[in-house]
Amino acid sequence: MSDELYMQLDVVTPEKSVLSRKVTEVIAPGSAGEFGVLIGHTPFLTTLKSGQVIAKTEDKDIYLAVGGGFAEVISDRVIILAESAVLAEDIDEQKAKADLDQAQDKLKGMNKENPEYSRWESKAREAELKLKVLENWRGKS
Amino acid sequence: MASLKDLKNRIGSVKKTEQITSAMRMVAAAKLRRAQSDIIAARPYAIKTNEVLISLVTRTNPDMHPLLRVREPKKCVLVVVASDRGLCGSFNQNVFRKADAFIKENKGKYEELSLVLVGKRSRDFFKRKQVKVRKSIVIGNPSYELASEIGDDLIDGYINGEFDELYIIFNEFKSAMTQILHEDRVLPVERIESDDEMVKVEYLCEPTEDVLLDALLPMSLKIFFYRALLESAASEHGARMTAMESASGNAGDMIEKLSIKYNRARQAAITTELMEVVSGAEALKG
Repeated sequence: MSDELYMQLDVVTPEKSVLSRKVTEVIAPGSAGEFGVLIGHTPFLTTLKSGQVIAKTEDKDIYLAVGGGFAEVISDRVIILAESAVLAEDIDEQKAKADLDQAQDKLKGMNKENPEYSRWESKAREAELKLKVLENWRGKS
Repeated sequence: MASLKDLKNRIGSVKKTEQITSAMRMVAAAKLRRAQSDIIAARPYAIKTNEVLISLVTRTNPDMHPLLRVREPKKCVLVVVASDRGLCGSFNQNVFRKADAFIKENKGKYEELSLVLVGKRSRDFFKRKQVKVRKSIVIGNPSYELASEIGDDLIDGYINGEFDELYIIFNEFKSAMTQILHEDRVLPVERIESDDEMVKVEYLCEPTEDVLLDALLPMSLKIFFYRALLESAASEHGARMTAMESASGNAGDMIEKLSIKYNRARQAAITTELMEVVSGAEALKG
């Protein structure tokens, strides 16, 4: 098959490069709403909110949990600069569950004015997102 | 000729030196491994961020953001990234030589040229020189916080018009043996002048162009400084490791030479003594 049917997708975080491969479609959570990218998409740049990224390839769908950042699309290339990103297959379910429980525990009875509150809230959201992505991934494959 | 005792002392002291240099080599090797994995992990993000930045900047009007404004270059700031500690071969010297050359070359071009010195060594080196120092920073452990601190100061400076151009000199890590010295212009951000259709294509921005620029520009500059710090740290450890390895080798050679000299001297002394005993006995016999 010719190369033109594929886009090069790179997902990088400050810690490492998470994913770099040819894909046919990308679905990502833009700050103005979820969007899908196919080959030949208009070039654009957007901020991302934390959420689920799906990269479709010939034989499988790759699910990622992404924690905010930027996405740039230029013809056959998509770059996702994420603050954090993890592949569904690398998500540690036990740990995510434990994190979620712990964060919810802490949040219970905590005053919203408490400076700790937003930190634990974002932890809870992150764990929730991971579990959701994991569930979606399992549901599909 | 040096006496036996002198030679013995010499050998002792060179052996001590060798112990120190080989210990330093081992420490540098361990630190290098850490620094190397840090930089390899940080590189893709830094490089991709820079790509995105350049492509955004190339497509936007320079008046969109104060960091993009190109002014007539009157005042220039040069960031010199060296190390906190010495004993790393020509690592620091190379940086200083390049910085010196830059200053010499551009002195006439700007009304004012000031330096941001990163690392104790660069502070010490430029202390004796007739240059204006904007800021000097001790590295300690290269961290994103430190890069942010450097970045914030320079971003504010550029926006406030304290300087019009910003350059940086730092070592890029290739391997333990080789570092590549870079001299890059950081601000104003480089635009690609190209007739390529790709570049000219209009760009959709979400939410809006200025929100994106506001978020992306300072972040990418800080990431750039962070990368420069990490590259320089890995290079420093590599350079130190190589320097200490050759120092250990030299000490080894020296010990070998001195030992031969020592043995010869000892043998000569024994021979002389023996001759004396024999000739003494001969004299008694007669």
